[in-house]
Amino acid sequence: MPDTLLSLSGVHTHIGPYHILQGVDLLVPEGGVTVLLGRNGAGKTTTLRTIMGLWTASQGDIRFVDHVITKLATPEISRRGIAFVPEDMGIFTDLTVAENMMLAASNGPIDEKRLSWITDLFPPIGTFWKSSAGTLSGGQKQMLSVARAIIEPRRLILIDEPTKGLAPAIIKSMTDALKELKETDTTILLVEQNFAMASSIGDTVAVMDDGRIIHSGDMQELVEDTALQEKLMGLTLEVHQ
Amino acid sequence: MLTKLLSGDTPRSSLLTVILLIVLVCLAFAPFLFPGTKSLETAARICIFIVLVASYDLLLGYAGIVSFAHTMFFGIGAYGTALALSATGPSYVSLAWGTLAGAVLAAVFALAIGLFSLRVKAIFFAMVTLAVASAFAVLVSQMSWLTGGEDGLNYKIPRELTPAFKLVEEKVLDVRINGKLLAYYLVFFASAFLFLVMLRIVNSPFGRTLKAVRDNAFRAEAIGYRVVWYRTTATVLSAVMAALAGSLLAVWLRYTGPATTLSMEIMIDILLMVVIGGMGTLYGAVLGATLFILAQTYLQNLMGIASEATSAVPFLSTLVAPERWLLWLGVLFVLSVYFFPSGIVGRLRAGRA
Repeated sequence: MPDTLLSLSGVHTHIGPYHILQGVDLLVPEGGVTVLLGRNGAGKTTTLRTIMGLWTASQGDIRFVDHVITKLATPEISRRGIAFVPEDMGIFTDLTVAENMMLAASNGPIDEKRLSWITDLFPPIGTFWKSSAGTLSGGQKQMLSVARAIIEPRRLILIDEPTKGLAPAIIKSMTDALKELKETDTTILLVEQNFAMASSIGDTVAVMDDGRIIHSGDMQELVEDTALQEKLMGLTLEVHQ
Repeated sequence: MLTKLLSGDTPRSSLLTVILLIVLVCLAFAPFLFPGTKSLETAARICIFIVLVASYDLLLGYAGIVSFAHTMFFGIGAYGTALALSATGPSYVSLAWGTLAGAVLAAVFALAIGLFSLRVKAIFFAMVTLAVASAFAVLVSQMSWLTGGEDGLNYKIPRELTPAFKLVEEKVLDVRINGKLLAYYLVFFASAFLFLVMLRIVNSPFGRTLKAVRDNAFRAEAIGYRVVWYRTTATVLSAVMAALAGSLLAVWLRYTGPATTLSMEIMIDILLMVVIGGMGTLYGAVLGATLFILAQTYLQNLMGIASEATSAVPFLSTLVAPERWLLWLGVLFVLSVYFFPSGIVGRLRAGRA
């Protein structure tokens, strides 16, 4: 069993009057991909945002490499090696692709070797290097968003629905890129609704409902146990398969 | 070399380059091209306002922060220099420490305002700056034992910068080479230098982060930037630049008073110059300041001529009567904002094929 990189225990998050996370317990093992599944509104995105410090947990502990990061400010959490790819892509549309990438490389100039690896993963990054990021297509923005998160080696990458609203061909290249990223021993916590994609890339899985984790274990087990799938996710994920 | 001097931020439009070069040449040779006191006054004012407007653009255009305290910092610089010169006599030493003291005080004020209020929403920051600036203006007009109140301060500057000092006895190209000319070139080169420094700032990694913060502060935080720190630093830098522009004005006018530095009217003028020139590009400050001050200074004369030329036409001549110049200035602004919503520079850059 690999070491735990990130752990959440009994995390509650309130957003205004709403009690969104109601005691989330989640272990993300080091190396490999953990997929967070669940229907809309289950609290997946809130979980990622709480880890990142964008919402503050009202209760519970979040540990990252043996340090409690629950109350840290977002920039501090980011500096500890967690990158976040938000659902809305989170790129700076007023800036060029190059500027977006340079901003993310906060430890100095971009490493040329790593950049050429990234432009191989996502060719549009190289093609539109000098263009304004606002002019990119949806798929290209998503690629930029992921590329930005990996411009420097990170210990953990949180990715929120990278395939949402993308054309099938682009979903495939995104999946391939994430698989290649996985090969570099980067730990990924992935929120995904597309079960086909999620099962092809995930090592471990956690399923959320109503602000709690209702199942966690090996991805392989879940893939083989269709009855469990049925029970956990009902029809919401079936339609995507 | 030239690109390096401009920090790699070229005008990126041939028409814009030509216009900027014309402005540069006109300002550099203003005493020889446009002889006369009024035109030299106008040229110096343009130089100083280019720095002032560019420093405001650093805040508004690059960092996306709306502040109404910019004239306060401008005033702090001007009063710093003015007080030092009137208290310790017209020496270069007092000029230097007065300028330095003004800049430092402006930085401290900006830091305090920034740390206290940049955490809150943009509208509150704007309100706080408005309140602080109004309080400061009242304070300056009340503390007349120190600041001369509404009358302001008259003082002497080092003799080499006054018209009484003659460098060469004969006129060169029909222009007296005297201290006033030296003072003009002091203003010109200092402004050019400060402008290039600001160009360097906005094109550095710091400037890039500022733009990211303006674009989306949450995203900037999520990739590891302390937004409050960047906003506060931008406020401080812009305040120091405004204070230095104020010092230049103090030296040039040999007078400092609330009307020339602290008034709300100047604040609104600065805002207009930034918007007309184009936000988020320092070249916009050059065009905005130049056009605005030229219009402010010469529109009245121009209308006088127009009014005489049309004196035969009853309605038209009343319409363009010189005393209605403010109306026409207003019309010009409305038109320019309507036709160039992204400013003149934005329009020129978009227009390049």
